[in-house]
Amino acid sequence: MLRFFLTRVGLLIPTFIGVSIVAFAFIRLLPGDPIMLLAGERGVDPARYAELQASLGFDKPLPIQYINYLKDILTGDFGTSIVTKRPVLDEFMTLFPATIELALCAIILATLVGIPAGVLAAVKRGTWLDQSVMGTALVGYSMPIFWWGLLLIILFSGILQWTPVSGRISLIYFFPPVTGFMLIDSLLSGQSGAFRSALSHLILPTIVLATIPLAVIARQTRSAMLEVLGEDYVRTARAKGLPPRRVIGLHALRNALIPVITTIGLQVGVLLAGAILTETIFSWPGIGKWMVDSVFKRDYSVVQGGLLLIAGVIMIVNLVVDLLYGLINPRIRH
Amino acid sequence: MSLLEIKNLTVSFDTVSGPFRAVDGVDLNVDGREILSIVGESGSGKSVAMLALMGLLPETASVTADVMRFDGKDLLTMSDKDKRSIIGQDIAMIFQEPMSSLNPCFTVGFQIGEMLKRHTRLGRSERKARAIELMRAVGIPSPEQRLSAYPHQLSGGMSQRVMIAMSASCRPKLLIADEPTTALDVTIQAQILDLLRDLCDEFDMALVLITHDMGVVAQMAHRVQVQYAGQKVEEQSVEDLFSDPHHPYTAALLSALPERATGRGHLPSIPGVVPGQFDRPPGCLFEPRCAYATASCRINATPQGPEMGYALCNHPLINGAPADGTKAREITA
Repeated sequence: MLRFFLTRVGLLIPTFIGVSIVAFAFIRLLPGDPIMLLAGERGVDPARYAELQASLGFDKPLPIQYINYLKDILTGDFGTSIVTKRPVLDEFMTLFPATIELALCAIILATLVGIPAGVLAAVKRGTWLDQSVMGTALVGYSMPIFWWGLLLIILFSGILQWTPVSGRISLIYFFPPVTGFMLIDSLLSGQSGAFRSALSHLILPTIVLATIPLAVIARQTRSAMLEVLGEDYVRTARAKGLPPRRVIGLHALRNALIPVITTIGLQVGVLLAGAILTETIFSWPGIGKWMVDSVFKRDYSVVQGGLLLIAGVIMIVNLVVDLLYGLINPRIRH
Repeated sequence: MSLLEIKNLTVSFDTVSGPFRAVDGVDLNVDGREILSIVGESGSGKSVAMLALMGLLPETASVTADVMRFDGKDLLTMSDKDKRSIIGQDIAMIFQEPMSSLNPCFTVGFQIGEMLKRHTRLGRSERKARAIELMRAVGIPSPEQRLSAYPHQLSGGMSQRVMIAMSASCRPKLLIADEPTTALDVTIQAQILDLLRDLCDEFDMALVLITHDMGVVAQMAHRVQVQYAGQKVEEQSVEDLFSDPHHPYTAALLSALPERATGRGHLPSIPGVVPGQFDRPPGCLFEPRCAYATASCRINATPQGPEMGYALCNHPLINGAPADGTKAREITA
């Protein structure tokens, strides 16, 4: 088990280097230049421009810039935002809880609804129930996120006025962040109505972000269940006189979950990518919106530092999923 | 009164191309502590009949029977819930592929313990002790350690022993073994068969042994039932069946055994194949392949009495020749 863990961790190093190169190179491939964008329409004289370039380290050749960037990262310095002058890591830590809160709620919703829906569809294979579950999943999977988000806003926030349009909590509430998770902080603040407000702000973004993972999980669960239900050990479980609930819910599902867990792990990347659109639609102050804003401002340090941090999170989550996979599937445990 | 009594069992499957009758009016009786062997080629409905009894067939199968009685209880009118308390407890079953019959996600100890948990009132530590005891009884070395083993860590023979331990855990009155040794090495086969016979003696258990291996039948069974294309064609005690088969199919099966082949040259074989869904003969199902078939065999097959081994045949054999003097014919398959 320890060896399995160490090999997995060892594999992270080359991945990390690859991501750092991509993050460094891609933002520089975009036309435009952060100093010119900062200066605005009045422009800047060449002497001042050279001075600013030197102070930001942009006067050196690209390979040297990259090596300096790597050196900084190894000392735990992810750079300083060119625009806000705050350390990238600080900004990330401030904004990340908002994204985690949203992504966690979305993956929980997707799992809690997707797995039972997939199991039900598999057990009732070929019935109208199966067809409607799979039809809905296909629609959900094919729906463009931004359009789906806007539709929900028009219906629930506009016409029905059930939920707020944007943000994390109503402006009338204010309390200092403790955990960064609005649901928990609003409870801790003790202000009446704060939790309700935070929850109502969370509902639509969660549904929008959960839609694609939910569809993927439901479809994957169904096909894994169908395969497993024909296995000999499921027949053995029935031959033991176990009730169908236990045969399906334990003997079959436990085996069907092996590929589903991998799928859920892979959805974490999808979630963070989806967060960019969802956060932009709902003005959710998380890292997705932060990345989009930084790209528009050509904030090189934020984009390259932020991307690396996001990639790090995804890699760690995938590592955890791999370990979890070993726990649930004894055949790959060592 | 027999332990298991089945009359006129019919199982048919709804297929895309219409219904297919896998079991066709089969009768079956098993007495307590008896070893009954069901023999037949692949597709003769041996397994399907037993799976129907256990309620393990898919929903596309429709099962009908005039009588299906176990230990005085009517299985036909019983609710699924009540049936499940008999299945596993009083009637247990082991299968052909031991390696895939155990759930790969759970330890051997869990899978045996689950059976005890379902059907007994034993506590956790008692279940563990009983599982160890059972594993020792079926000849698994160092059972304490094997308790936490996963199925992929066991060989085929060991897996079948675990399956046997599991099915025997509630001391069933009847064990159904569906080709339990087909997937195993020859040396292991003999051990597993010995084990099954010992368990029958020890637990006063009846055994239905499904096989296509006449050698296994001779070694194990008290009574034999021969099935062909979903029908029971003959039933005799094992000694009588081997010494004087009454149905031409049984006779042909026995003469195809290498041990019984006389003289040099080719081994005798049965021409043709078992009829399928679309080429079922109108009368006797064996008629196209039978050396003694006559015109009447294309119309029906007459069931004979106990003195003729209940043979489903118009011209039952005595000492290898039809009692009514029908001459053998040449078959061109």
